[in-house]
Amino acid sequence: MMAEAKPKVAFYWCASCGGCEEAVVDLAEDLLKVVEAVELAFWPVALDFKREDVERLPDGSLAAAFINGAIRLSEHEEMAHLLRRKAQLVIAYGSCAHLGGVPGLANLHDRGSIFQYVYRDAPSVANPEGVFPQERFPAEEGELELPAFWDTVKALDQVVEVDYYVPGCPPTPKVTRAAIEALFGEGELPPKGTVLGAGTRALCHECPLNETKPDKLLLEGFKRVHEVIPEPNKCLLAQGLICLGPATREGCGALCISANMPCTGCFGPLDRVRDYGGKALSEIASILNSNDEGEIERALEKVADPVGTFYRYSLPRSFLGRRIRRGDRP
Amino acid sequence: MPKEPFEDRSSRSIPSGSAFEPKIVAFFCNWCTYTAADLAGTSRMHYAPNVRIIRVMCSGRIDPQFVLKAFHEGADGVLIGGCHPGDCHYQEGNYKALRRYKLLKRLLAQLGVEEGRLRLEWIAASEGDKVKRVIDEMTEEIRRLGPFRPSEAEPVEKQAVLAGQPREAR
Ligand code: SF4
Ligand code: SF4
Ligand code: FES
Repeated sequence: MMAEAKPKVAFYWCASCGGCEEAVVDLAEDLLKVVEAVELAFWPVALDFKREDVERLPDGSLAAAFINGAIRLSEHEEMAHLLRRKAQLVIAYGSCAHLGGVPGLANLHDRGSIFQYVYRDAPSVANPEGVFPQERFPAEEGELELPAFWDTVKALDQVVEVDYYVPGCPPTPKVTRAAIEALFGEGELPPKGTVLGAGTRALCHECPLNETKPDKLLLEGFKRVHEVIPEPNKCLLAQGLICLGPATREGCGALCISANMPCTGCFGPLDRVRDYGGKALSEIASILNSNDEGEIERALEKVADPVGTFYRYSLPRSFLGRRIRRGDRP
Repeated sequence: MPKEPFEDRSSRSIPSGSAFEPKIVAFFCNWCTYTAADLAGTSRMHYAPNVRIIRVMCSGRIDPQFVLKAFHEGADGVLIGGCHPGDCHYQEGNYKALRRYKLLKRLLAQLGVEEGRLRLEWIAASEGDKVKRVIDEMTEEIRRLGPFRPSEAEPVEKQAVLAGQPREAR
């Protein structure tokens, strides 16, 4: 990737909270090194480039496009396709692009039920004229065309080919630096599909509390985070809190655990796991120390929201992808 | 372009009931339910031909991902068969299966998957007749529920997106 001209790079956001953009800024002084090494050809959140500027670029002329956020609107999908054409490498940056992320939990609903709630039924809504989002609007200046809102939120690789993934909600500066190094450093490019910047083992391996985690962990029951003040310096899972460290990729440095909160899985699954939630659910359920059906059911009630617990960042990328809809039940 | 925001743009028509033959994927433990299915066969019992049996060494080997993947790949129902409590060849496997099953059921319910599409049964090697009864019952139950149809389909309007085309070209 070393030529006289600096490689051109684009950053773009789809359905995201802005945290991933913030994460790039969080590189702090290192951002200057990035700017030294690459030319920023498109970064709407920080620089005044328009879509037309990207359209004008020759195909394949961007070295890399970092795309964060899930695919929620037709516009996101169009931009993903456009950047795919213009860039040699497409990188899904952050949990939403990687796995669908928190916005992906909207797949428990669909366009209809979301619009009904947000524009009609929510207690804070006053909408006497029943105005709902439209895709066309006859303005005085002419008809305006607006993005369509899809029924289903998707991860980036469900709409375009993705070369690499950078995990995290958002990716930490360390992970981002390591990913940039892997892409623009001296060495060869990693194999396509690699999750960059993070390791390949489970988070427990880098968790400072791992030593206190028993080899064979069996629990009498689970506790929810608001029910206990965790003992310091003791594995949270061993204390009955649902910590998804055993199912989650290492790389964050056990950030949440250091703040006394169990891991909720933002770095996503290990390499050979296809459905993060299925795996995480399996690990949590199997450590319950009961063989009695009723007792098991009662203990599992502490998992108040299984989808929100196990698919917090990955519902779109799961095997089922969304809540199943029946013709008669939207 | 729809004015009505409530329209469900990705629902597909349900195939008419009479033509529907449920596909059931069954994960059977080698030591009990699989042997029982074998017994049902050698005893010439007739059971619904809707089930595809996958032999596993123990019900404790069944990763919830197997179940989710089966649905993803077109199963209308998934049946898990293991040794009766206390009889697992590996002591604890069936209890692990039970715990995972209980949690998976709740996850599936949240995802709109009907109760009857996933079933766990303890069937001993001698219970060929139970294999027959469970498979027949489950086939009927799923026939009643209709096809599973995982909703991977994105609405028709997707076709209207000309991938990455400049606006003027559309
Ligand atoms: S389960 Fe959680 S707290 Fe325990 S070692 Fe693993 S990451 Fe750390
Ligand atoms: S501890 Fe878990 S949820 Fe927290 S940052 Fe790390 S991977 Fe993400
Ligand atoms: S050996 Fe049959 S369930 Fe474990």
